[in-house]
Amino acid sequence: MGSIPIDTTDGRTEILRRMLTIREFEETASDMFADGEIPGFVHLYIGEEAVGVGACSALEESDYITSTHRGHGHSIAKGLDPKLMMAELLGSVEGYNNGKGGSMHIADVDANMLGANGIVGAGPPMATGAALSASYRDADEVALGFLGDGAVAQGQVHEAINLAATWDLPAIYVVENNHFGEGTPVEDQHNVENLSETAEAYDIPGFTVDGMDVTAVYEAVAEARERALAGDGPTFIEAETYRYRGHFEGDPQAYRTDEDVSEWREERDPIDSFEERLLDRGDIDEDELQTMREEVVAEIEAAVDFARDAERPAPEDAYTDMFADPAPEIERFVGDLRADGRGGDSQ
Amino acid sequence: MTETETMTVREAIRAGLREEMERDEDVFIMGEDVAEYGGVLNVTEGLLEEFDERRVRDTPISEAGFTGAGVGAAATGTRPVVELMFSDFMGVAMEQISNQMAKMRYMFGGKTDMPITIRTTEGGGQGAASQHSGTPHTWIAHFPGLKAVAPGTPRAAKGLTKSAIRSDDPVFVFENKMIYEQDGPVPTDSEFTIPIGEANVEREGADVTVAATQRLVGESLEAAEELAGDVDLEVIDLRSLYPLDTDTITESVRKTGRLVVADESPLSYGTHAEVMARVVEDEFYSLDAPLQRVGVADTHIPFATELEDEVVPHTEDVVEAVRRVV
Repeated sequence: MGSIPIDTTDGRTEILRRMLTIREFEETASDMFADGEIPGFVHLYIGEEAVGVGACSALEESDYITSTHRGHGHSIAKGLDPKLMMAELLGSVEGYNNGKGGSMHIADVDANMLGANGIVGAGPPMATGAALSASYRDADEVALGFLGDGAVAQGQVHEAINLAATWDLPAIYVVENNHFGEGTPVEDQHNVENLSETAEAYDIPGFTVDGMDVTAVYEAVAEARERALAGDGPTFIEAETYRYRGHFEGDPQAYRTDEDVSEWREERDPIDSFEERLLDRGDIDEDELQTMREEVVAEIEAAVDFARDAERPAPEDAYTDMFADPAPEIERFVGDLRADGRGGDSQ
Repeated sequence: MTETETMTVREAIRAGLREEMERDEDVFIMGEDVAEYGGVLNVTEGLLEEFDERRVRDTPISEAGFTGAGVGAAATGTRPVVELMFSDFMGVAMEQISNQMAKMRYMFGGKTDMPITIRTTEGGGQGAASQHSGTPHTWIAHFPGLKAVAPGTPRAAKGLTKSAIRSDDPVFVFENKMIYEQDGPVPTDSEFTIPIGEANVEREGADVTVAATQRLVGESLEAAEELAGDVDLEVIDLRSLYPLDTDTITESVRKTGRLVVADESPLSYGTHAEVMARVVEDEFYSLDAPLQRVGVADTHIPFATELEDEVVPHTEDVVEAVRRVV
């Protein structure tokens, strides 16, 4: 999917549709996790939709992103198919990662989505690498690394930005400041008022934008993309946002109150405010909005149906996908496990 | 007969790098001091002049950052060769190595290649003390998703460097810095490679198999000369640590019935143990004597010459180990 023009009616309604799709996908995933249908850990993006959609809508299909624990939103914003995502959440072999990645690792390199990531701060170095690759191949491509506010404390993030800044790579780093690094408030983890001050150390532009406003994020990333393609190097964008759910599903959230959440949710919700804006502008009317919501619900229901019906992996699939050129060890040890007898010879 | 030229391990690796860069525009080198300086151990010397700063890139001193950048670059259409100056520094980059480089292909359901080569140096003997002398190749050989080679001759150094670069998998090339000056015949054919996962019998013998790596290949060959007429050693250069060529080792043990494993790494849980486990699994009934290992006695490499000499294994340690099995 190419960039979505926010200055057209169609573009704006598509941007709204994507934010609604993320929220519906995630509310559904939340219910399915609570019901025990999705195993493992699930980290939801609800409340932060404007950041992923604003940023990815300003990118071209050929641009790269790296993601975080909270990758569902980035994936949908980058144009990934909710059906294949839901199938991955259920561990189906038909999911994006053949059931080997799950929620925390959804990736589609064909869409230049280089993976959600279970390690805080691991994405930015890879985004730097994708930007290096783009620059090396002389391609008009940029790489955008999403990271959370907690990741700004990670050393490898700073190494990545320093490298990109030093080499003027076409990279964009978008910090989603959702105010908590896992269960600890952002102000207890950093000694600066705005995380965008980080940019000063690398002599690159740094901005703090309203991450609940999809337009603000879009414009900042579009500008950063232009700068990157002009050879002027990386940009560091902090998007102030808020996560409505816990760090993970099931998080008791003793670190905040329901009132804290509802203050953001009721007054600054990124979807409500963008809907209002589109209604005010006449881009969409109430009936069309209702139709869009129903379509999104139907799309996610279809994704769930697809995922539930999708093929399950066979046990022996656990041993595939390790290498391009296989190592004999894996067959050898799998043979041992199955006790089907090697005799006196390993091969 | 393949045409060969006598060159050192250092020159052989450099020739391998040069040939692969000439062959494939996607190949580039990055690391600390690799360009202008030519590498602190001079392996990449002259490559900046032969190519340019796009192909040979000096990085900031930030192993996690540039190793991670290598991972991102490898996943997006290029073929980076990353130099980690001393393998002890892998610790600094271990997150990108273990959780990203090693796992991406698997976690993505096989939907990405990871054509990255990590070149790094190992070995004691320079008085460089613990943080610049280690042989941590078993970290990598132990970790699923990574491949590791550790050549013991100039020929193997060139052939394996080239195979590592051509591989679509992450391959670590562990270069023992004490053999950079060692010379030997190296094929000049630019299509010459050595498959990853193939050991080589460097010397045929009837009495004892010595499976060795890196510097200890040459020292085991010296041990064979010392013992000649008394004990006939078969010396194998393992060359590839993962995958490991079980067949060549077991075939040799079937003939000799005796095995010494010589590898300059800590003795517990390492290369020695893996080689022996496979021999015991597959060739137990061919064994005529207990197995012996030559390595580092689970210490770090100390600074003072007397201490370093004590810890780092040499020819005489191989000779003694052989004496114990015959």
